[in-house]
Amino acid sequence: MQGATEQTDSSQFTADGFVRGLHESVPIAVAVFTYGVVFGVLARQTPLGTIETLLMSVTVFAASAQFVVLDLWRTPLAVIPIVITTVAVNLRHLLLSAALEPWFSRLKRGRIYGTLFFLNDESWGLTMRAHSDGETDGAYLLGSGCLVFVAWVSATGVGLTAGGLISDPTRFGLDMAFAAVYIALLVGVWDGRSDAVPVAVGGGVALVASMILAGSWHIIIGGLAGSLAGVVRDELGEHQ
Amino acid sequence: MNATGVLAIAGMAVGTYLTRIGGYWLVSRFELTSRARAWLEYVPAAVLASLVVPELTTGGPEKLVAGMGVLFVAYRWGNILYSMLAGIGLVLVFRQLPLG
Repeated sequence: MQGATEQTDSSQFTADGFVRGLHESVPIAVAVFTYGVVFGVLARQTPLGTIETLLMSVTVFAASAQFVVLDLWRTPLAVIPIVITTVAVNLRHLLLSAALEPWFSRLKRGRIYGTLFFLNDESWGLTMRAHSDGETDGAYLLGSGCLVFVAWVSATGVGLTAGGLISDPTRFGLDMAFAAVYIALLVGVWDGRSDAVPVAVGGGVALVASMILAGSWHIIIGGLAGSLAGVVRDELGEHQ
Repeated sequence: MNATGVLAIAGMAVGTYLTRIGGYWLVSRFELTSRARAWLEYVPAAVLASLVVPELTTGGPEKLVAGMGVLFVAYRWGNILYSMLAGIGLVLVFRQLPLG
């Protein structure tokens, strides 16, 4: 499979790909929108001003990190801990963007590094699913990321102005929205039995890690353990 | 707007962008072996499993059961919106049940 894609995959970056990514991201944008509203509502209860909250959603564009720093946003503001916490929560991006390299490496640099600004868990999962179904257009990720970006920023604004309506997402079952999206994406990237080991090891290790470590470390540790376990399984299989 | 707040946000923005490009940049420095490519191909499934499993198992039994339902819907229809609606609907229903 790797060999076959290598020759034919002269990666494109077209308006059509952008539109496909945009179009197929409507469901994830809906999920992100609901969480953006919650973020805006919660941000209002901190010393973070309206303009600052919007500025954060536009320039940082990372839901989980932004939720986490709301807790740290007190006066006087501790800048260094906020930045370190943000980076720690977002370290999982390293793994996501690394996985894009074999596909994206033929694109122009500006396109790659521009598109990566919009990298987020949901768009990445959707893009990898599309890639496993034969998508070769790199602009797919950009289209998806842009729609999610617009949803996140506009929802932040709605939350800031609407206030108190959805302060507790569990009451509406919205806490299940992302888990459901991830399950659907996992089913989509599922490539048959070869993925059983990465999924089982990744999920198991992440579960244990999440009980011990705060933040998003469990995603990195589970992702590394699961993907490496897949490689180890392949190596062992070849020697039998 | 207060200057310290803007400074913190700028730091967050730069730090986050570096995590977004960092993995790509790092991997692009090297000529990937076939083993490294195989590893990167396993990353999506492993990361998605790492996102899902703790989320389902730490949110009470209703999330786990709803997750099974979502798995069925996702497998049967392969549609993200249906899966999301099924997840939200199921978890709401289970939370209404007197489970103890």
